[in-house]
Amino acid sequence: MAFLEVRGVRKAFVTPRGTTDVLGGVDLALEDGEFVAVVGYSGSGKTTLVNLVAGLLTADAGEIVLDGERVSGPGPERGIVFQQYSLLPWMTVHENVALAVDAVNPGLPSRDRRRITDELVDLVNLTPAAWKRPRELSGGMRQRVAVARGLAMQPKLLLMDEPFSALDALTRATLQDELLRIWGERRTTVILITNDVDEAILLADRIYPMTPGPAATLGPAIEVGLPRPRQRRHMSLTPAYQKARQALVEFLKSSVTKPPARLGPQVA
Amino acid sequence: MSRTTARSVLLPVLGVVGVLVIWTVISETVTKELPSPLKTWQESRRYVLEPFFKDGEMNQGIGRLAFYSLVRVGKGFLLALAIGTPLGFLLGLSRSFHQSFDPIVQFLRPISPLAWLPLGLVIFQKSEPAAIFTIALCAMWPTVINTAVGVRSISQDYLNVGRVLKLSRFKMLTKIIIPASLPYVFTGYRLSLGLAWLVIVASEMLTGTPGVGGFLWQEYNSLVYSHILLSVITIGAIGFTLDRVMGFVEARVRAV
Ligand SMILES: Nc1ncnc2c1ncn2[C@@H]1O[C@H](COP(=O)(O)OP(=O)(O)OP(=O)(O)O)[C@@H](O)[C@H]1O
Ligand SMILES: [Mg+2]
Repeated sequence: MAFLEVRGVRKAFVTPRGTTDVLGGVDLALEDGEFVAVVGYSGSGKTTLVNLVAGLLTADAGEIVLDGERVSGPGPERGIVFQQYSLLPWMTVHENVALAVDAVNPGLPSRDRRRITDELVDLVNLTPAAWKRPRELSGGMRQRVAVARGLAMQPKLLLMDEPFSALDALTRATLQDELLRIWGERRTTVILITNDVDEAILLADRIYPMTPGPAATLGPAIEVGLPRPRQRRHMSLTPAYQKARQALVEFLKSSVTKPPARLGPQVA
Repeated sequence: MSRTTARSVLLPVLGVVGVLVIWTVISETVTKELPSPLKTWQESRRYVLEPFFKDGEMNQGIGRLAFYSLVRVGKGFLLALAIGTPLGFLLGLSRSFHQSFDPIVQFLRPISPLAWLPLGLVIFQKSEPAAIFTIALCAMWPTVINTAVGVRSISQDYLNVGRVLKLSRFKMLTKIIIPASLPYVFTGYRLSLGLAWLVIVASEMLTGTPGVGGFLWQEYNSLVYSHILLSVITIGAIGFTLDRVMGFVEARVRAV
């Protein structure tokens, strides 16, 4: 049995104006230490999948098992970097990270918890801005705080929901490189949600394409045969890169029966 | 001084002058009983220029009278916050508490201070606690309702952060729920203070306690009409100042 197993997960939202069938039987398996990406069109149900794995939503059918334990509610062992960051605006950068550090290390002396927080803030290069509040930060800086907070949960599995999609291309590239470096140091198990095919190939070991909704499912996983540590430069010219990209784009294109509401920026 | 600041000073001054002119005209023509602005000033100058003199229990400078009223309002207001804030949080947090007590809140809210005051006198047998009881009971509703609305409108995103971190109930309250609802709570406080100040006049009139409202009623009974106007202007000026001060505090809370 894999480290994380998502089996036949279905989810529909029932609203007064009707039922939206979002996920129609999602299967996904992940080994410990793996970096997996899920790529799909906007509105296909990626955030819904993240919320289900996080335990913030309950599935209508199917089950999610992490490290032998069935997911039945939220918990810090499934850390999450929210799509909309969800930083607490009344707390500084340091306090936002410390909230998570304190929550998962209740037994530790405050001096040690403080040191861990300092290290995390430093890891995402925010030490100079540690005492600023979120509204005083740029989008990229906010994103870094969210990543630091996610890592602060010391999760068995880190869920990252389109962490960079709200950023401009230059900042995005910088943060992708930073994430590569951080992941190289920490080797956390990661599920990265993205609508950017190139981002997925750069970062992930394996990529699941998601069919556009309603009743979205995941296509067969595409292995990224690129060696690590990876460098952005020249990578897109390698045959392994081209192969993964082609397979991914082909699947995503063929899965579209009707035109989707909005295309992700670099899909197709 | 730039054009716009000149305008923002000049136009309000013009407005005040306009009101004084209308007041003078009315006092000269329609109601001869109404003292003109000039007469009001002449008969009130001692109260204003020596605001803290005290000739007797009911003949004191306007500053002293205002101070009595402010202390009374302060006590009533603090009592209103002390009761209203936790009540608001409970209404916002607990569905069953809301279902049990919201109808009662809605029922009590529109009751006038004039109705509460006699009840306060019956309960406390003394005018001072009865006045404070009335102020608190009338002034607390905006705090209760705004706090409850503030708690219920906390973004699910913030609550999800707390859920993922498995925060204890206490930490959830202190780290997320209270800071997130604070801007609403302070709007409630500002409205409550305004109401407390509205109620003070009525409660002082009915209990005859020394203060601006008590003074107003006494001067009406002794036919010194200019002092009614002095009291009215004082009440307005203090109410305006209180609102500005609370507005400033509220803005500071929102800025966080
Ligand atoms: N709480 C909800 N109630 C009703 N419908 C919802 C709810 N949450 C999501 N949906 C619907 O589910 C579908 C998938 O939403 P979801 O947020 O999972 O998409 P997504 O893949 O994350 O999109 P994006 O890339 O834009 O973030 C959408 O059609 C959305 O309208
Ligand atoms: Mg999403």
